[in-house]
Amino acid sequence: MDPALPLPDPSPTRSVDPVATFDQVGVRYGSQWALNDVTATFPRGAVGLLGPNGAGKSTLIKSLLGLVAPNRGRIEVLGLDAARAALEIRGRVGYMPETDAYIPGMNAVTFVSYCGQLCGLPRADAIQRAHEVLYYTGLGEARYRNVETYSTGMKQRIKLAQALVHDPELLFLDEPTNGMDPKGRDEMLALVRDLAYDKGISLVLSSHVLPDVEYVCRHVVVMDKGQVATYGPIDALKGPKGRVFEVRIKGDEAAFVAVLHAAGLESHRTDEDVMRVFVPEPRSWRDLFVLADQGGMQVRHLRPSVPTLEDVFARAVGEEDRESWTTSTE
Amino acid sequence: MPIHPEGYRPYRGARTPSGRSWLVVTAAGVRSVVGNRLFLGLMLIAWAPFLIRAVQIYASVNFPQASFLDISAATFRDFLSQQSLWVFIITVWVGAGLIANDMRSNALQVYLSKPMTRAEYVGGKLGILFVFLMCVTWVPAILLLVTQVLLSGSVAFLAANLYLIPAITVASLVLVVVSSFTILALSSFSKSARFVAVTYAGLFFFTQAVFGVVRAGTGSTTLSWLSVTASVDQITDVAFRQPPRFETPLGASVAAVAVLVALAVWILRWRVRAVEVVS
Repeated sequence: MDPALPLPDPSPTRSVDPVATFDQVGVRYGSQWALNDVTATFPRGAVGLLGPNGAGKSTLIKSLLGLVAPNRGRIEVLGLDAARAALEIRGRVGYMPETDAYIPGMNAVTFVSYCGQLCGLPRADAIQRAHEVLYYTGLGEARYRNVETYSTGMKQRIKLAQALVHDPELLFLDEPTNGMDPKGRDEMLALVRDLAYDKGISLVLSSHVLPDVEYVCRHVVVMDKGQVATYGPIDALKGPKGRVFEVRIKGDEAAFVAVLHAAGLESHRTDEDVMRVFVPEPRSWRDLFVLADQGGMQVRHLRPSVPTLEDVFARAVGEEDRESWTTSTE
Repeated sequence: MPIHPEGYRPYRGARTPSGRSWLVVTAAGVRSVVGNRLFLGLMLIAWAPFLIRAVQIYASVNFPQASFLDISAATFRDFLSQQSLWVFIITVWVGAGLIANDMRSNALQVYLSKPMTRAEYVGGKLGILFVFLMCVTWVPAILLLVTQVLLSGSVAFLAANLYLIPAITVASLVLVVVSSFTILALSSFSKSARFVAVTYAGLFFFTQAVFGVVRAGTGSTTLSWLSVTASVDQITDVAFRQPPRFETPLGASVAAVAVLVALAVWILRWRVRAVEVVS
C-alpha cells in the first residue's frame, strides 16, 4: 500500500450528496451523553471517522443505522429521516461491525445469501450475489467453509461481504482492518478504495489507523468526547504544505511548548523524540530559533515536514487524547 | 455456459418490501434444524403416540369387543397431555440456542443492521419453534380427528364433538406459546445454549416441585397456578370440556400463563437489542 498514491476521481455514485447530515444531535445512555450536540455533514464518497476510544464513533454509526434513537436533534441518511425511515435506510446501507459477527453453523455462501434475503433479495438472487461478493472480497475458494472456522482476516472479509450483498448505496465500515496481517490489510484497503472510487459506493470508514483513513478517504470527521472536534476535506484540514516542522531541542521541552503556545504556535509530541510544530503565516522557521533562544533553549534538529492526518487529529483532539489514542492502538 | 465476472456488480433485481424478514429467519431456521438427522429421528418418535391412538381408533371402530377403547373428547385431551413431553424435548433442542447462539457470535448486530425490526427477529425465531411444536401437537391431533372420520366412515362423532377443533387449537396454542416464549426469553439471557436448556428444565421442574410440596402440605390443589405445567393442564381440561383436574379457578391458571408470557415478552424487549449499553 502506497499512502502517497493520489486518490482517483470517484465514479458517479447513486447516492445523494450529502449522504448523511447530523443537526445538533444528542444521544444519551443513562446520564452520559455519548453524542452531544453533534452537527456534521458526510459528503458523497469516502469519509473517515476518527476519534479516541469513547469518542462516540460507534454510537454515531449506530445512530446513522437508526439502531439508536437520538434524544434530540435530527439525522438524515440518504435524504431520509433516520428516526422515521430506519428500515428503508437499513435496506439501502451496509454495515460492517467492528467485532466478529456471524451466524453460527452456516458456511459463507449460506450466511451471505441469508443476509441478502434479510435485505429483501429473492433467494435465488441472494445466492448468486453471495457467490459474487465472496469472490470479490477474496473468499471465493473458502466460500463453502463454516464461517466459525475462519481466521481473523477472513472474518473481516466475510463481514464486508455480508454488508455488500444487497448492493448498498452507502457503507459503514467499523475498523475494517482490525486484526489483519499487512498483506490482508493492504488487500482490504484496496477493496474499500475500489468500492468508493470505482464502484460508486459512498462509505464511512471508522478506524484507529490514520494511514488507512488517509489512503481511502478525502474527507474526515474527527470525534472527541461525544462531539465533532473538526470535519472537512483532509487536504483543507491539513493546511498549506511547508508550514510544519519537526523540532528537537536541548533544554526543558515543556517550557519550550509553553513558549510556542504563548507565541500562538501549535505543537504536539510524536512517538519519536521530536515534536511537530505548526508555523502559521507570516511566521517562518527562523522564529523557532528566536523563541528557543528567548526560553534559554537550543534547537538541535529542525526539518520541514508535510502536514499529515495525524497533525489534524492531534490539533482536533488535543495532546492528551492523542496520547491515549496512540496507546490504545499499540 | 455463461462466464460471470468475479468483480463487484450492481444489483438490479427485485427486492421484497420490508416486513417479511421474519419469514426468512423462520425458513432458514427450519431448514437448519431439519438438516439434523438425529432431530428428524426424534420427530418420528414423537409421532409414535399418534400411531398408537390411530390403532386405538381402528380397534374401537371395527371391534365391538374393544368398546373400552372407545374414543371421546378425553382421548384427545390425553393425547395432547402425552405430547407435552415431546413439546418439552423439542423446545429445549430447538429453542435453547435460538437467541443464545446469536448472542455468542454477535449476530444480533448483523440481523438488526438489516431492514428488520426486533419484533420481526423475535417473530422469526418464534416461527421456528411454532413450526416444530405444532407438528407434534396440533397437526397429529387434527389428523387423529380426520382418522376417526375416515376409519368410521361417518362424521357422527365429529358432528357431535365439533368443539374439538377449537379445543385442540386452543390447547395446542397454549402449550406452544408458553413453551416458545419462555425458552426464547431464557435464550436471550445467556450465550450458552446448554445453560439455557438446564435453566428451562429447572423452571418447569422447580415450579412443579413447589406445587407438589404445597399440595402435600395443604392437601389442596388450589395453588396449582404455581406450576407452569399444571396451569397449562388446567386450561387444557377446560378447553376439552373435561372436569378440571385441580381446584384452581380457570382465571388463576390463565392469569399465571399470561403473566409468564408477558414477562417473557418484556425480557425479549429488554435483551434483544443491537446496542448493548454497559454502564
